[in-house]
Amino acid sequence: MNINLTIFGQVLSFAIFVWFCAKYVWPPIIGAMQEREKKIADGLAAADRAVLDLELAQERVAERLKEAKQEAAGIVEQARRQANTIIDEAKTRAVEEAERIKVAAEAEIEREFNRAREELRNKVALLAVAGAERILQREIGAAANSELVEDLAAQL
Amino acid sequence: MAAESGAHSSGEYIAHHLTNLTFGQRADGTWGIAHSHAEIAEMGFWSINLDTFGFSLLLGIGFQLMFRAVAVKVTAGVPGRAQNLVEMAVDFVNSNIKSMFPHPSATIGPLALTVFVWVLLMNVMDLIPIDFLPKVAALAGVPYLKVVPSTDVNVTMGLALSVFLLILFFSVRQKGLGGFAAELSFHPFGKWGLPVNLILESVTLIAKPISLGLRLFGNLYAGEMIFILIALLPWWIQWSLSVPWAIFHILIIFLQAFIFMVLTIVYLSMAFAVDEH
Repeated sequence: MNINLTIFGQVLSFAIFVWFCAKYVWPPIIGAMQEREKKIADGLAAADRAVLDLELAQERVAERLKEAKQEAAGIVEQARRQANTIIDEAKTRAVEEAERIKVAAEAEIEREFNRAREELRNKVALLAVAGAERILQREIGAAANSELVEDLAAQL
Repeated sequence: MAAESGAHSSGEYIAHHLTNLTFGQRADGTWGIAHSHAEIAEMGFWSINLDTFGFSLLLGIGFQLMFRAVAVKVTAGVPGRAQNLVEMAVDFVNSNIKSMFPHPSATIGPLALTVFVWVLLMNVMDLIPIDFLPKVAALAGVPYLKVVPSTDVNVTMGLALSVFLLILFFSVRQKGLGGFAAELSFHPFGKWGLPVNLILESVTLIAKPISLGLRLFGNLYAGEMIFILIALLPWWIQWSLSVPWAIFHILIIFLQAFIFMVLTIVYLSMAFAVDEH
């Protein structure tokens, strides 16, 4: 157990090791560890933010869904009203058209009826004249004849 | 083992294990390795323990290079195995510094890391079977080989002396020469008790490196001694004592390295602390 030069050798090598460690070992390792710590802290913060963002997004989605449903309901309601209006209009127009057709048909019938009656009256007058001719068995003047026919026609 | 061979007595075996491989100048003026205790005594102070100093250098260089290799390709991303190990050591040291050293300093981290890992590695040498390396060395013609650097008082006191020099350096740097002198002179009894104060404070100051170095030396030396004594038993029974002792010794190895580091940090923290009075 002699104290000898080894003690100073030890002091010297210790000094060199500490210098080496301080210059080449400690700073990069501690730097990397601190950087990782920061990274992890940032990551955790980001995760927290993401959870918050997700909640917000879900709220927004729910809101938009509600809006969309309301909008859709509104559109359906409007469409139904529009359909009813169209149907009502069509009905009205159909009734009007029918009325118009009916009136036209009645007018046509009236006209046909009048014409037929006129024709019939003329034919009946001619027939009466012919009958009278045969009954009288004689020729009557054309003027008198015409006058007679007119007269008969007016009586019919 | 040695007990079996009749050439050595138990006393010789123990003495052999406690002798360093010493290089120095013999009485006749030639330089070389001492082959006996008499030669070692002749060499006196101007000699060097090749074994403990060599192993401590080897371990220190190995540790620094390994840590450097990790530091070169260190990543803040997912660390590899080596980086994990190194970071574990660095983080352990750093957390101790954070809790015990409230001053800003770039020196304390590398210092504490070097102290802790180096002392730990030197202590770990104690777990190598006691006769293994000396026997191999004897085959190569080396007369003595002490494997565990921290069982050499030169090594532990060398470290303690370094710490002591740092205490003095930082005390003077932080407080000035006058401040440091005042700290030694005016505590604990005020200025009228100056001589007593000076004696008490000087003893306190000197006791720091001595207790630091001798604590480590004593613990490891005692541990080594018990391994040597166990090795004197017949070979077939040795395991029943050496295995439990080795397992228990793992605790001591770690604990002594830890204590050495903690005390280094605490002493330097005291050196940094500027007096509030």
